[in-house]
Amino acid sequence: MGNGLGILAAKEADFMIHSLVKFNLFGQDLYLTTTHVSLLIICVGLIIFGFVARAKLKVIDGKPGGFQNAVELIVEMLDGMVHGSMGKNGIPYRNYIGTLFIFLLISNISGLLGLRPPTADYGVTFPLGVITFFIIQINNIRYNKFGAFTELFKPLPFLFPINLIGEIAVPFSLSLRLFGNVLSGTVIMALLYGLLSNVAIAWPGFLHIYFDIFSGAIQTYVFCMLTMVFTNNKMPQNN
Amino acid sequence: MNGITNEALILACSAIGAGLAMIAGIGPGIGQGVAAGHGASAVGRNPGAKSDVTSTMLLGQAVAETTGLYSLVIALILLFANPLLGKL
Repeated sequence: MGNGLGILAAKEADFMIHSLVKFNLFGQDLYLTTTHVSLLIICVGLIIFGFVARAKLKVIDGKPGGFQNAVELIVEMLDGMVHGSMGKNGIPYRNYIGTLFIFLLISNISGLLGLRPPTADYGVTFPLGVITFFIIQINNIRYNKFGAFTELFKPLPFLFPINLIGEIAVPFSLSLRLFGNVLSGTVIMALLYGLLSNVAIAWPGFLHIYFDIFSGAIQTYVFCMLTMVFTNNKMPQNN
Repeated sequence: MNGITNEALILACSAIGAGLAMIAGIGPGIGQGVAAGHGASAVGRNPGAKSDVTSTMLLGQAVAETTGLYSLVIALILLFANPLLGKL
């Protein structure tokens, strides 16, 4: 671990997932890693934010305050994004897509807060891809009934294996895209800090802007957008 | 060739393989450049649709980037979590 970097790096470049606590459950060695800690911090932060926003909404007397305006702006932006790509079909999915967007955005830019981004762990992004896969396929079966199966044999019957792979590859491509982007940003920043050790003061900030904020926001948008587009493709288009 | 251990050989070949895997970075580079060029010409023809064109372009570029990221993941696996060392 990190041996290949020993020559280059003045100090050990650190971008691996570290295990903090090891415990044994049903004969399996399990680890609590830095990913869990980052996830816990982000989730607790978001839950506190949610409760504060909810509590502030109760005091409606005349004009809403600045905080409520900001929260309403966020919610309207997310709803508008879902409506823009799914139309009326998107109404049941506003909660899920909005939650996903906020969670992924905060996760991706949490490198700025000194955490190791949780999305740079394939164990976090793959379950999100699997959730998307199930949303797509459940809608496929609900709206297309048996057509969900016969669709695989169109346009020509012998294309069945390729169509099947195309359906199954969706969670892998979604999760690997997010994982690869965030991990590459994390690795490059760690290499830079390791290589330059004491020289890297303040000026790599513009790289943080690109790798953490720009790339993270783009990948969040892409993940949510592809989830919506794939789901919408399986739904009736009546709007 | 006598002084080379099996482990060193695997590590050296993995480093070469990681470098070769990153050749795949050419493809997304060309693809993203084409998308950005067409996006620029689209904005030139219809400046009113700048925000729509930009978001569509960024979405397409992010999707086109996927193949490059696959090679990046393979290169990182070869360098830092080498599965071949376990087969010695």
